[in-house]
Amino acid sequence: MGALLEARNVVKHYGSVEALRGASFEVRAGEVVALIGDNGAGKSTLVKCLSGVEQPDSGEILLDGRRVRLDSPTRARALGIETVYQDLAVAPDLDPAANLFLGRELRRRGLFGWLGMVDKAEMRRRAAEQFQRLGVRVQSLDVPIGSLSGGQRQGVAVTRAVVWANRVVFMDEPTAALGVVQRERVLEVIRRVRDSGIAVVLISHNMPEVQAVADRVEVLRLGRRVARFRAADVTLEELVGAMTGALHQEDAA
Amino acid sequence: MTEERTGKAVAPASTVDNNVDRMLPQRTLWQRLVTANTFWTGLVLIGLYVVFSVLRPNAFPTLFNFQTLLIEASVLLVLAVGMTFVIITAGIDLSVGSVLVFSGVVAAMVMEGLHGGDATHAGWGTILLGFVLSLAAGAAWGLLNGVLVAVARVPPLIVTLGSFGAALGAAQLLTGGVDVRTVPTALRNTIGFGQTMQIPHLVVVAAVVTLFAAWLLHTTRFGRYTYAIGSNAEAARRAGIAVTRHLVMVYGFVGLLAGLAGFMNLAYFGTTTISGHATDNLNAIAATVLGGTSLFGGVGSVLGTVIGVFIPAVLQKGFVILGVQPFWQPIAVSIVLVAAVWFDQTRRRARERGR
Repeated sequence: MGALLEARNVVKHYGSVEALRGASFEVRAGEVVALIGDNGAGKSTLVKCLSGVEQPDSGEILLDGRRVRLDSPTRARALGIETVYQDLAVAPDLDPAANLFLGRELRRRGLFGWLGMVDKAEMRRRAAEQFQRLGVRVQSLDVPIGSLSGGQRQGVAVTRAVVWANRVVFMDEPTAALGVVQRERVLEVIRRVRDSGIAVVLISHNMPEVQAVADRVEVLRLGRRVARFRAADVTLEELVGAMTGALHQEDAA
Repeated sequence: MTEERTGKAVAPASTVDNNVDRMLPQRTLWQRLVTANTFWTGLVLIGLYVVFSVLRPNAFPTLFNFQTLLIEASVLLVLAVGMTFVIITAGIDLSVGSVLVFSGVVAAMVMEGLHGGDATHAGWGTILLGFVLSLAAGAAWGLLNGVLVAVARVPPLIVTLGSFGAALGAAQLLTGGVDVRTVPTALRNTIGFGQTMQIPHLVVVAAVVTLFAAWLLHTTRFGRYTYAIGSNAEAARRAGIAVTRHLVMVYGFVGLLAGLAGFMNLAYFGTTTISGHATDNLNAIAATVLGGTSLFGGVGSVLGTVIGVFIPAVLQKGFVILGVQPFWQPIAVSIVLVAAVWFDQTRRRARERGR
């Protein structure tokens, strides 16, 4: 199976800072790839380029083997690429269903829909369905999500990305702020998403977590991909070695 | 790929999805009522009405008093309904009173100009033109506010403080500071004083505006985006909502309503009342906040604002009828207002801590 989403020799400067120096990356449908690297390795920049937030200075991005221009997050989303941001990007005063459908509200049928009325009942029903499908626990569907626990809020943010993604989901440190039980639940959601055939890219600093959930690992260092591993075979020493530069597996093409 | 996965057992679905039934039923109407701020402020309003009615059973709970109460609140209600939208986006509009005056002046001067300096006997064609101009003048100020806030990114407090001064100044320049005093009698007799089955027409206009705004805010996508932007503008932007355009529309809507209020004001008073609206903005903000709309954005309702408009109005009327010095009214309203915001702050802090 070929790569679903691929970056080739992507270069990105911020002023004089070279955040990506010919970085490559690939993820296939139905796999979890962990993107790891030390701080400043370029993980976030690479994800921004692949989710339409930033445009690379050079290099190419391929979706299903075809070159694409991801000139905005909206464009990326239209192509089935969703992102769970580290800061969640939810509206705390809206309820879970409203957040799930934010920017994609279902309209009522007929005249009411034409007038711009939203179908709250249907959105609620579908939201409940999706939370159930992904095993996300939300204590109530009609409270503002700001009053939910951190884990539940995370669950809503993850569900929103997953529901709309039909190709790739990026998750930037999705478990950073969570307790042990909640973390396990998010990892469980990640596995379910993968099993539904979607590509998941997990950015994480937590090596045990990476080893627990990822199928493959790609390592960035100083703006380039320096190593690729199958998660089943790799040891913690190898991962740390690749991140710190002690172990060098490949050069950027 | 399949071999890589075999080690990781996926939990059977039954262990995780046993609580969807618990999620589906909505809270009962009663549960939602008692947790809503609007319910309690509504009780305060009813309580005030009952207290004054008991204290002065012959003077307070009369049809005439009720009608006057509604008429006098109509113009402020239209302003406050617009203010609700802006404050829900976490913005503010200090210019509504001045925009009201400016719109009224534009409409009155054009109507007067078309009839050689005295519009008293002008017909409906002229009145309609004045109406449209009033709305257009209000909307224009609103759109200007919106562009400066959303596109130029000047804080709304400063932008609308600017147009608060500028719109009033422009109205005074146009008139030379002298009120336009001729307003078509046909307009005054229908919209200004007219009644159908004891219901004043001015009140009908305000009620229609309020119902429309409630519909817009609580059931449409426009309303949903208004809340989302006030709750977390960055999240709204990332969700693909055109935040800039929406904010311009919200400020434009408020301006439009201020223009309408200007025309209502003209119909009721029969003059442009240039110097009479310096504190309309503060009254509208107070009513909105009293009604449970949060200055931090993301929370609020039109019904709350209606209650927030009538609490000060009932206090005012009640104090006058009781013979209490009416100067107590702003003091009482201020105390309730500060208490309401304090309550809102406490609630938010509690939620932040809960994270």
